[in-house]
Amino acid sequence: MSDLRNPLARARGLGSAKEGTVHWVAQRVSALALIPLTLWFVYSMLIVMHGSYEQAYLWMHAPLVAVLLVILIGTVFYHAYLGLQVVIEDYVHGGWSKHGALLIIKFLCVLLALSGIFAVLRIAFGG
Amino acid sequence: MATDNRPISPHLGIYRWQITMTMSILHRISGVALALGTLALVYWFIAVAAGPTAYATAHWLFGTWIGQILMWGWTLSLFYHLCNGIRHLFWDAGKGFTIPQMYASGYTVWVVALVLTATTLVLAYVRGGAA
Repeated sequence: MSDLRNPLARARGLGSAKEGTVHWVAQRVSALALIPLTLWFVYSMLIVMHGSYEQAYLWMHAPLVAVLLVILIGTVFYHAYLGLQVVIEDYVHGGWSKHGALLIIKFLCVLLALSGIFAVLRIAFGG
Repeated sequence: MATDNRPISPHLGIYRWQITMTMSILHRISGVALALGTLALVYWFIAVAAGPTAYATAHWLFGTWIGQILMWGWTLSLFYHLCNGIRHLFWDAGKGFTIPQMYASGYTVWVVALVLTATTLVLAYVRGGAA
């Protein structure tokens, strides 16, 4: 069997199941990022929820808030996808239903993440 | 591939109930619940972007009793998943694997998660909130 790829290139970040290590690390890195992000978000929501629409709008309009919200949304859906992927792989075993479920979850996560990011950017750029 | 004589991992049915296994299952359940909660999160962002009318509708929806119950559930799920997630990160770093440490960290997660949830709910209902 001739494989022109370097053995290290084949193994790097893959492990025996082809994706385990990268997935494992990504789940933990995104988890670590979400600790301060979610605490900041909950704290902010506790203030914003008591204010008017204009106050909520102005809050999201601030550049730092907009950037943090984009990072939060991206990280939340990345972490959610990684987690849901493991749940599906554990409980759904049929080839078609497993890969179908994984694809649906992936599409939904991308759709929701980009919708949320688009909403934040629209406000940030004053739309 | 011969698989007949392989040792299999013990089935859930023969386990005596332990707080550690309950917390492990709840970590997964709260994670799935939070994934569903992202729908509300994105809906809120879109409502702010869509304007005052959409925002008022969202505000009303989250204020209904079913909306409130969902928000309490997501708040508890978030703090539980966050605290227990930190517990997992310590395990990933190779710390806290003895049985007494597992129980101590488990109970700590519950106390911190419940205190954070209660604090958040109080601040949510008290006028002025965290401001």
